[in-house]
Amino acid sequence: MKPQGRGRRRFLKQGAALALLSQGAGGLAGLAVGAVRSASGQTLGAGTSEASSKDTRGYGERARFENSVRTLVEPPFASMTPLQDSIGIITPSALHFAVMRFRNEPPNIDPREHRLLIHGLVDRPLIFTLEELKRLPSVSRIHFVECAGNSSPVEHRNAETVQETHGWTSCSEWTGVPLSLLLREAGVQTGARWIIAESADAGKHVKSIPLEKAMHDVLVAYGQNGEAVRPEVGYPLRLVTPGWEGVHNVKWLRRIKVVDQPSMDKVESTGYVVLRPNMKGKAVWFNSQLGPKSVITFPSGGQRLPGRGFYEITGLAWSGEGVVRRVEVSTDGGRSWKDAQLQEPVHRIAHTRFRLAWNWDGEEAVLQSRCTDEQGDVQPSIADISKQWGVNPDFFKTTKARVNHWNAIQPWRVTRDGSVHNAQFS
Amino acid sequence: MRSFLNVLVTGMVLALPLCGTAVAQTPTHKLGRTPSAEEIRAWDISIDPEGKGLPPGSGTAPEGAAIYARRCAVCHGPTGAEGEPPAKGRRTAPVLVGGQGTISSPQPVKTIGSFWPFATTIWDYMRRAMPLYEEGSLQPAELYALTAFLLYRNGIIQESDVMDAQSLPKVQMPNRNGFVPAEPGWKPRTPKPVGSYP
Repeated sequence: MKPQGRGRRRFLKQGAALALLSQGAGGLAGLAVGAVRSASGQTLGAGTSEASSKDTRGYGERARFENSVRTLVEPPFASMTPLQDSIGIITPSALHFAVMRFRNEPPNIDPREHRLLIHGLVDRPLIFTLEELKRLPSVSRIHFVECAGNSSPVEHRNAETVQETHGWTSCSEWTGVPLSLLLREAGVQTGARWIIAESADAGKHVKSIPLEKAMHDVLVAYGQNGEAVRPEVGYPLRLVTPGWEGVHNVKWLRRIKVVDQPSMDKVESTGYVVLRPNMKGKAVWFNSQLGPKSVITFPSGGQRLPGRGFYEITGLAWSGEGVVRRVEVSTDGGRSWKDAQLQEPVHRIAHTRFRLAWNWDGEEAVLQSRCTDEQGDVQPSIADISKQWGVNPDFFKTTKARVNHWNAIQPWRVTRDGSVHNAQFS
Repeated sequence: MRSFLNVLVTGMVLALPLCGTAVAQTPTHKLGRTPSAEEIRAWDISIDPEGKGLPPGSGTAPEGAAIYARRCAVCHGPTGAEGEPPAKGRRTAPVLVGGQGTISSPQPVKTIGSFWPFATTIWDYMRRAMPLYEEGSLQPAELYALTAFLLYRNGIIQESDVMDAQSLPKVQMPNRNGFVPAEPGWKPRTPKPVGSYP
């Protein structure tokens, strides 16, 4: 009885710490780094006074009037990016979403002790220190990372804001070594078809990735937006697997095994599979790539327009397939569409900022955006998805099954009083 | 010159399907060190669906029932069929037992018995990630016993069946044929078929 009793108490204690964190979110935001890095549950709540007395000239903080913060949701413990406040395409590192599968806090890893092992079907197994990895030829690339469950109807159909509906996507400049370079150093053997990437987190998260993808564009990243990767998103080393479900972007990366077949661990054999009602109980394995998607971030749910007149409608578009080619915006519930302007340069597999001038006449309006990517793939409506799934559109109002890769067009209703509401299911 | 080009082009064409696996296979930067066989053994906790990587040890459902009651029931419920309802500040523990026959229904109940395709995955996941906050504390024999218990509770093996590195991979899971790989297999820059998303 003792061990799990202890575990449960610890668990509840951590839950309490989370509640504290949640209440103190406004305060926490202003001191982000010191508080998050010191990690333990106690210091998160208590850190406010300690950190505010700290000299912030060394590592600056934002203006005291800026109070945009992540929301913490459960279960499991996860934070969502405040997209309604986003500017441009880069997510501030302190606001990057983080889904923590096993703990409230990230693993506490000393970078001097951390190692990356590459083994399996290779000629030369290799073990790297972080220092050695940083000596290798590096690249920097801007990519989004999105959780497969982002905007899924089950978790988000009653959500009001774009943070709550779509806040499990973030975009950073990632710096690191191409995985292909490391695999070539090790010498991949004939017969190799997959890699297995493993985390040093409490649950030893693991994910199989086809060798073609691993050699194509996967990064072993130690840098995020000009500094070290943040603890919650993988410090000191993580995988960036561009355009694929977040779960492939293994954080706290410690091991890569080159193999002839996927490991079929829990995450890939049962968790992130696609199960549609019209597939007669058959589920699809390894449907990993994320589709074309976009959302208007202003005006969006929970915001209020002060009055009629000029507004710039703006939002983010992205696709796991590559470059966003086109974003159309409708202000009349989808009857007519106008091309929005895309912020240049448009990066491959990255958030793409779009903008459209709009004069609000004070009448009710339904705003929505539609993304087309370089493959010509178009973001679907709920009616399109319902057709693919062989269900009535109402199915998504009630289903309890998570719909991964949900990329439906997101409508926001502007009412005559200027308030903006989620119109996805109402 | 002509023959040299032919050789080169043939080489490139052969290399392409493997995406460079046959290209530049000699180390060019000579960084990192060679780990010892013992180091690799200590780090490598991968178990494949055929059971490669499973360590020695064995266990049965009755042994597993006792361990389950002590280590798992607090979250997953007394029999594994209960799961845990979502609670404030808590991660939800999934239902482990039951759900057979629901997978093709509009509201599938995905459990080990109704959905998981490989018995080895149960062992692997518990070693990695269970029990929450005490990960890595279960020994191989305990893991075999717990796996036997969960398989027995789901009506997949007999109560007296012994689970070990040889028998576990041979367990036929009811939903083993309930999956199809994504088609076509992923290749860089190839369009997905219509209807791939979500």
